[in-house]
Amino acid sequence: MSVAGTLHRRQELQAPSRRARLRLSEGLLSATPMLVLLVAGFFAPLALVILYSFMPRGSFSPIGQPTLENYVDIVQQSFYISFGWSLLLSLLSVAILLVVCYPLAIKLRQIKGRRASLLTLLIVAPLFVAENIRLQGWVLFLDKGGLLDGSLVWVFGVGPGSLVNTVPAVLFGIVYVFLPFMLFPMLLGLANVPDDAREAAFDLGASRWRLFRDIELPLAMPGILIGMLLCFVISLGAFSESKFLGKGVIVTIAQDIESAFTFAQNWPRGSALSVLLIVLAGAAVFLAVRRIDLDRMMGRR
Amino acid sequence: MSGLASSPLVRRLLAVYLGTILVVMYVPIVTVALASISRSRFFVFPIRRTSWTWYEQTFASLQVHSSFVTSLTVAGCVALVSVVLAFFGALAYARYDWRGRSLFQQLLLVPVFFPQSVLGLALQLWFNSMGVVMSWHATVFAQLVWIAPIVTMIIAIQAYGYDAAVEEAAYDLGASRWQIFRDITLPLLGPGVFAGFLFAMLLSWGNFPLAYFTSGADVTVPEWLYGKMIGGYTPIVPAVGLITVLLGALILIVGLTINGMLQRRD
Repeated sequence: MSVAGTLHRRQELQAPSRRARLRLSEGLLSATPMLVLLVAGFFAPLALVILYSFMPRGSFSPIGQPTLENYVDIVQQSFYISFGWSLLLSLLSVAILLVVCYPLAIKLRQIKGRRASLLTLLIVAPLFVAENIRLQGWVLFLDKGGLLDGSLVWVFGVGPGSLVNTVPAVLFGIVYVFLPFMLFPMLLGLANVPDDAREAAFDLGASRWRLFRDIELPLAMPGILIGMLLCFVISLGAFSESKFLGKGVIVTIAQDIESAFTFAQNWPRGSALSVLLIVLAGAAVFLAVRRIDLDRMMGRR
Repeated sequence: MSGLASSPLVRRLLAVYLGTILVVMYVPIVTVALASISRSRFFVFPIRRTSWTWYEQTFASLQVHSSFVTSLTVAGCVALVSVVLAFFGALAYARYDWRGRSLFQQLLLVPVFFPQSVLGLALQLWFNSMGVVMSWHATVFAQLVWIAPIVTMIIAIQAYGYDAAVEEAAYDLGASRWQIFRDITLPLLGPGVFAGFLFAMLLSWGNFPLAYFTSGADVTVPEWLYGKMIGGYTPIVPAVGLITVLLGALILIVGLTINGMLQRRD
């Protein structure tokens, strides 16, 4: 065997190991800045919140004799009522968003090319306007003498009067604010349904209903599920909606947490209330990541 | 086409439905625009007299002026830092095969899957305990926790779309890491990086809960508006609100134009 041949073989042997080493170190290295941010800005603060939730009432230090009194307070001082309201509003808004967004996503899938992206952008763009401005807009629209009532009185002589400061108004506000968060994952999910699967089923004589139930829904399910979990979790934190459109008809859990941390200066109570939401959010993320393949969903080739 | 939605009638109904939702999305913004030109202190429709008084007051107000400066500074910083973090994050997310990759992908979802108001309050507690004096710097940090993971996913979509063999070929041909980064990775991911920058800026511009709980004495525009809405409505609220909408739209349109130019170049 010639010297050149031996050299060539040695290079071949070395190349893969060199490449593998490059991958391993560069992967972790590139992830490090984000990991540092996540630990310092998310996981550590939440760990501190959990720690504080076991501290005696009104203490301002996370080091002390652990106690469960804050959790007992939640039950005894009826803080669970605001928790119940938030839970109810989130569940209802997810159910409504599911019905509102599915046909919307189907329609956007039917439209092709640049028009579809433009329309999607138009639906998502209000996200870039602070939610309190948009909610104030709804108050001015729905209030007595507002755009809706005022126009109806002007044209027909009678109007519905004020539609704000009611629970349905708060629910409407939540559905409105979180609509893009349901629509986006749903669109990603529906993109997973290949047109030829539909056509094949149709050619084989499947009815429209069976097509929907047996092909479209199962394939789009990961996206739909993510949308549901995402909307459920983030709407649990809703508090501007009830402040503006509800004006005191109900208090949400986020408002209770806010007042515990600010006016009441009772950090352990605010922390214990937060822990309830941390547990729910954690459960939702766990369910979400177990059911989906992120690589496939985002289009890895 | 789609299972239940293929007949012409259903398709037309769906088109009407899409149009309705689009209108509903913009109803509050149109209402805000109308309220801002109404002369009376309390908004009553139909508007009897219009005036630009509230805009004149807006432009004369030092508080409003400084809140716009704060908001723009925060948005700029968040966009810059998150793009840098997310660029490398996206490589780890989509490009490299490494042992912790799927865990990393899942961890990135967690801050997005979390109520923002509670995250803001948790960070407030965190800063308080660490003795950090909260200001707009703290807001930049708080918004990064939420926005950088989103930007990472935007850039990752771009990173999935390109052929990793190009980098390996360059490496085998003796290119240094820096050369590969500068001549291959960066240009290929360019459009995704720009889209991520734009998205980060707009998300920060429209963010209220994270800023509200972390900015201390500094006030962003959504916070200033919130204070006015709680403390007593005057039509200066819709006037300032509409200006933020228009500025956001301007950022979006300029960004999309540049984006279109970037795509055409490729």
